[in-house]
Amino acid sequence: MADDTKKVINSLKETGFFKQKRLYDRGKVIIGIIIFLALLSFPLFYNMGKAAKAPEPEINTPAIQRLPETERVCVEPKSYMKDNHMKLLNEWRDQVVREGKRDYVGFNNKKYTISLQNTCMECHSNYDNFCNKCHTYSGITPYCWTCHLNKPEEWAAGKQ
Amino acid sequence: MDINRREFLKIAGASTAIGLLGGWKAVELLAPGDVEAKYLQNPKVLTAKRWAMVVDMKKMNQETAKNCIEACHRIHNVPDIGDSKREIKWIWLEPFENAFPGQHQEHLAEQLTGQSFIVMCNHCDNPPCVRVCPTKATWKREDGIIMMDQHRCIGCRFCMAACPFGSRSFNWMDPRPFIKKRSPDYPTREKGVVEKCNFCAERLAKGQMPACVEASNGALIFGDMGDPGSEPRKILHTHYTLTRKTHLGTNPQVYYLV
Repeated sequence: MADDTKKVINSLKETGFFKQKRLYDRGKVIIGIIIFLALLSFPLFYNMGKAAKAPEPEINTPAIQRLPETERVCVEPKSYMKDNHMKLLNEWRDQVVREGKRDYVGFNNKKYTISLQNTCMECHSNYDNFCNKCHTYSGITPYCWTCHLNKPEEWAAGKQ
Repeated sequence: MDINRREFLKIAGASTAIGLLGGWKAVELLAPGDVEAKYLQNPKVLTAKRWAMVVDMKKMNQETAKNCIEACHRIHNVPDIGDSKREIKWIWLEPFENAFPGQHQEHLAEQLTGQSFIVMCNHCDNPPCVRVCPTKATWKREDGIIMMDQHRCIGCRFCMAACPFGSRSFNWMDPRPFIKKRSPDYPTREKGVVEKCNFCAERLAKGQMPACVEASNGALIFGDMGDPGSEPRKILHTHYTLTRKTHLGTNPQVYYLV
């Protein structure tokens, strides 16, 4: 057994198996690797210290300006809407389509017609500077707008 | 352990108070919560046990039919694609032999052969489209309307294969560029979903009659088939009416007065 092992090792020695390997064109390869790493990490260094500014959705639309200052509120408090508007919209969808309930009582006890296209977009008529501002920032493309119209009046007038 | 009368009463009183508090909390928990109270129906909503329609073919001429179709398709943002393979239709015209196959005969009354019949989703009482829908995107409401939830439709088109009336259309492409008469009040559809007549569920919810009924000059009679005193029920009681492909047993709820 031991003889066999020795034989194998000897034959491997003859083929140069145990010889130290060396990197051909070592200099070029290492420079190449450095360039590669530099390119890879370029965006990281390029944007260092330049945090993208958090978006500020605009709420100065004509419909909101028309409201008396004390009534410039959404259907729920701002903080709730900021965090949960998507959940609320899903709930609205189910209530309207499945339950046939199309009115919503807001936190201020005011009654609203449930409609993304007509109620939400009536006040927030600035889709580009309201919805889209945050959605673009956070890399979200909600598929609401493949069916619901983001600018219903413009659409009806054939401008969109 | 000995307990005197005074201590017993103290403990009993305290236990009752705790029990009452717990009970009150339970009542609060089980009572209809905020969620339900926040969603209401419009007080003007039109309700029925079973919505149905009667088409009075004596009053329905081509002009009226055109108005009905125009009103429906404008209000619901239905595209005009102009290619019969890909067209979208909620309400349209068919000659007698297509609307009522099997009822055609050589010497049929001229008023029938010469007329186009206005057809739409029959809102069947036994809807085959609902049976086959794998996602419950289409279902029968309690008032009989066969509703669609476009959010839920995956575009498998089983319902189109199941519907014997061709009432359902598939969006082979983005319909928006093909919508000429536009409404700001209703959404459009997107590529890959099925659509059809919904008996104007969104208008009934606001207390309005369906768009085609309003545009029909009395040729379309809409009402509650579950109410013996309703207009369509009275008509069915005193006149002979046809339904489409009755033998298939889907029990269509659009009746034709010929």
